[in-house]
Amino acid sequence: MTALLQARGLTRKFGGVVALDRLDLDVVAGEILGLIGPNGSGKTTFFNVVTGIYGAHEGHISFDGADITKASSRAVYHAGISRTFQRSRLSLPLSIFDNIMIGNHKRLNQGLWFNLMRRGDFKREFEANYRAARALVEVFEPQLAERLFEPVAGLPMIDRRRIEICRALISQPKLLLLDEPSAGMTHDETKELMDDILQVREFNKGLTIIIVEHEMGVIERITDRCAVLNFGRKIAEGPYRQVAADRQVQEAYLGVA
Amino acid sequence: MAQAGQTSRASLLPGIAALVLATGYLIALLAVEKQPLIIGLLAFGIAAVLAANWFGWLDPVSRSFADREDRLGCFAILAAFVVAVFFREDHFVLLLFVTVLLYVVATLGLNIQFGYAGVLNFAGASFFGIGAYTSAVLNTYTAIPHLLVLLIGGLLAALIGSLLLLPVLRTRGHYAALVTIAFALLLKTFLEVNDVLGGPQGMQVKPMNLFGWSFNDNIHIGSVELSFYFSYFVVSMVLLVGAFILVRRLERSWIGLNLDALRLDETAASCFGLDIARWKITAFLIGNFLIGIAGALFGMVGSFVAPNNYTFADSLILVSILLLGGIGNPWGLVVATFIVVVVPEKLQTIQEYRFLLYSVLVIAVLLFRPEGLLPRPVRSYFPGWRP
Ligand SMILES: Nc1ncnc2c1ncn2[C@@H]1O[C@H](COP(=O)(O)OP(=O)(O)OP(=O)(O)O)[C@@H](O)[C@H]1O
Ligand SMILES: [Mg+2]
Repeated sequence: MTALLQARGLTRKFGGVVALDRLDLDVVAGEILGLIGPNGSGKTTFFNVVTGIYGAHEGHISFDGADITKASSRAVYHAGISRTFQRSRLSLPLSIFDNIMIGNHKRLNQGLWFNLMRRGDFKREFEANYRAARALVEVFEPQLAERLFEPVAGLPMIDRRRIEICRALISQPKLLLLDEPSAGMTHDETKELMDDILQVREFNKGLTIIIVEHEMGVIERITDRCAVLNFGRKIAEGPYRQVAADRQVQEAYLGVA
Repeated sequence: MAQAGQTSRASLLPGIAALVLATGYLIALLAVEKQPLIIGLLAFGIAAVLAANWFGWLDPVSRSFADREDRLGCFAILAAFVVAVFFREDHFVLLLFVTVLLYVVATLGLNIQFGYAGVLNFAGASFFGIGAYTSAVLNTYTAIPHLLVLLIGGLLAALIGSLLLLPVLRTRGHYAALVTIAFALLLKTFLEVNDVLGGPQGMQVKPMNLFGWSFNDNIHIGSVELSFYFSYFVVSMVLLVGAFILVRRLERSWIGLNLDALRLDETAASCFGLDIARWKITAFLIGNFLIGIAGALFGMVGSFVAPNNYTFADSLILVSILLLGGIGNPWGLVVATFIVVVVPEKLQTIQEYRFLLYSVLVIAVLLFRPEGLLPRPVRSYFPGWRP
């Protein structure tokens, strides 16, 4: 099988810190890959480099056959990669619907004339998107779907995480990057959210996911394969059971040098 | 949200009642001359609004406006005409009224820039002045039809404003604001040393003339005589309604959403494909266009332009209207402009201290009601729309 996303020799430094150190990583189309590793091991940095927030100092990334090493965040999104953020980055004063539509940018007609003058056509596009957003939110939480025009600011963390995932999913990306979607949630909430994610995947068969997660139960349950980072280097790769049994991995997590 | 709100539309009545009361109050305030009476009226107005708020009477009003904005907008236009007709012979009051309308148009422009895109513009009055100078020059030296002059005023403000685009896009937050302040100072100096534009003395502006209808003379309809400012009132009203609809449609579109998204979180916005520069430029240019048109008409209304009329201090007044009214809420801007323009004009005793009044007002609002008098509600793409 060919890789959907391929990183080769990827390196990113911050001053003296080598956040990514000659990382090679392949993500196969259709799989859920768990990206794990201790704090500061470079997981978020990998997402930031892939999505063009930070440039790579060395190495290449290709996605769907095209080189995206130097691509801007915009270009990466248009190529079909969406993400969530470790620290939730919703626009709090805006409604749930607005936040989800931000993620749908590439499928909305952005023409000035269309938006300002052809209000009838705009209304049709708006209503179609309302239905799409509603259907997506219903997969996660039917009650939330009734409240799409309420501001996000008043919602509990679990709902915010759901909306962030909906924002990333609404444009039907090929690759979804989830950065600790369960951060700040209780054990039960985490389980609920993971069920939702698996359910979304039932809808969208082709979807490939990379998930960063500290809860090993989650990783074991939902991933097909894992890659383990430590100090920006990949120290193990394979099915969760195999990786968890790896000595190097255990040492990394226990902090043994 | 109450379940009832999901199904039935809010009633028009509270909105109409509020408009009627506001119109009556405005007429009283504009008609009264004696200082103690004016102070009394102002105190009464503040007390009445606070009381209405206390009793929860303002909520039905805002619901009414949220759901039935199109209809209530028509009533608001009607109300403005009632006020103008009431003062049909009074040059002073009509001039004041027209000033308010054109300031609202200008702040609507600023609102697109700052309220939506988050681009601070401390040179609002300068671009307003560019519009006014455009009228002065074109009306004096050319025979270009005056409606076209207004348009050119807007385009010039946008064009000259685009000089600022590069620095505004390259720098962030306060630095971008500094760039606009520098521009305001530069423009004033430029106008002062430029003899063709009348130097520090400024220049005359020929009054408006639309298809042979000269705005120089009073209007006679039968035995009724209307001040010539009434004509300016009509044109300003048309401009204001157009600008208001433009701003509303902009906000209630994907473009309005784009601007909010990039203002609130540029990084997240670019991760979802937004072209930050494109939308900032769009907002800045449309905003300046509105400011420029308003300024061009204002030049003709005032029949005179001078560098001292368009200073940094005036830009600050425009920004304070924005902060006072509620950033992003066009109705708030209307209310705030009336307060900021009319009150010092009526209260002769505080004329000297008007900047003190503005600062106190702005500080009070920022402290006690940081989102302004009328905070911006969550976007509804079509007022009254239900799933
Ligand atoms: N913008 C930045 N500036 C400076 N250093 C950074 C920056 N981003 C990341 N780093 C550093 O890079 C290293 C990797 O950080 P990263 O956030 O990728 O870790 P992580 O694996 O996501 O950790 P966590 O599990 O805590 O989220 C850390 O040492 C971090 O301090
Ligand atoms: Mg991280």
